[in-house]
Amino acid sequence: MNLTGFLAMGKYGAFVWPCFLLAGAVLVWNVIAAKRLHAEARRQALRRLEAGRSPT
Amino acid sequence: MNWTWMHKFASPPHAYRLAGRLAPWFGWPAFLLIITGLYGGLVLAPADYQQGDAFRILYVHAPSAWMSMFIYATLAVAAAIGLIWRIKLAHAVAAASAPVGAWFTFLALATGSIWGKPMWGTWWVWDARLTSELILLFLYAGLIALRASIEDRERADRAAAVLAIVGIVNLPIIHYSVYWWNTLHQGATITKLGKPSITGDMLWPLLVMMVGFNLYYGAVLMTRLRAEILRRERDASWLRTELVS
Repeated sequence: MNLTGFLAMGKYGAFVWPCFLLAGAVLVWNVIAAKRLHAEARRQALRRLEAGRSPT
Repeated sequence: MNWTWMHKFASPPHAYRLAGRLAPWFGWPAFLLIITGLYGGLVLAPADYQQGDAFRILYVHAPSAWMSMFIYATLAVAAAIGLIWRIKLAHAVAAASAPVGAWFTFLALATGSIWGKPMWGTWWVWDARLTSELILLFLYAGLIALRASIEDRERADRAAAVLAIVGIVNLPIIHYSVYWWNTLHQGATITKLGKPSITGDMLWPLLVMMVGFNLYYGAVLMTRLRAEILRRERDASWLRTELVS
């Protein structure tokens, strides 16, 4: 199969590829969002520790 | 029975460290499996005799739909454990799962809609399968909004847990909707008792994608859970040794 035929996906390329691109975007975004969330929570926790408000 | 292992497992510092160690063990196999599944689904699997290449949307649609329900079930079980045994970590698992489940539900609805246009001639129909899946998205949104709207963490946990447990009634409705009502949506493909109505060439990439998506959820959950634990344990003394050293 040549590349043009593969990209055309029969006559359904306009439907198939957006689905895979959307899925890829959602999967990548969720990893980035989770890592950001953890980094931000860690930063906030460290800030509280440095401010000396934390130990109980 | 000795329950000390469970208490140790549920302790926030232990869970925080364990989640950090487990995340890459979920993440890298998930990445490899999803790449393999994509190659199998997009390149190796033959075109469908009726739907042609449009059927390949199945390889992202079905795993997303499966994850939307699997994550909700996990979330509801965690919420029930948190509510009954007052295990805070279980509430943290439920809270960390909701956004991921919402994204998979959105993905299932969006890819299903795009698939529906060339096959059914419409982006959307208000039939039982599509409507019950949309209700699942609203349930996820409701859980996230409910948590955000209650300032007291314990009250928020309890309220979200009750909603999560009540909402689980929607899962069998989604699954059996294609049998209980007339619908444009096709019936079960791989969970049919007896034998699946899909050839092996098309089936293996789908199974690989489903396992990959499950492991992916595991990886994202571990990272989100760590963030959730940090936010909940903001005044705990173990944070000093964990984060500063």
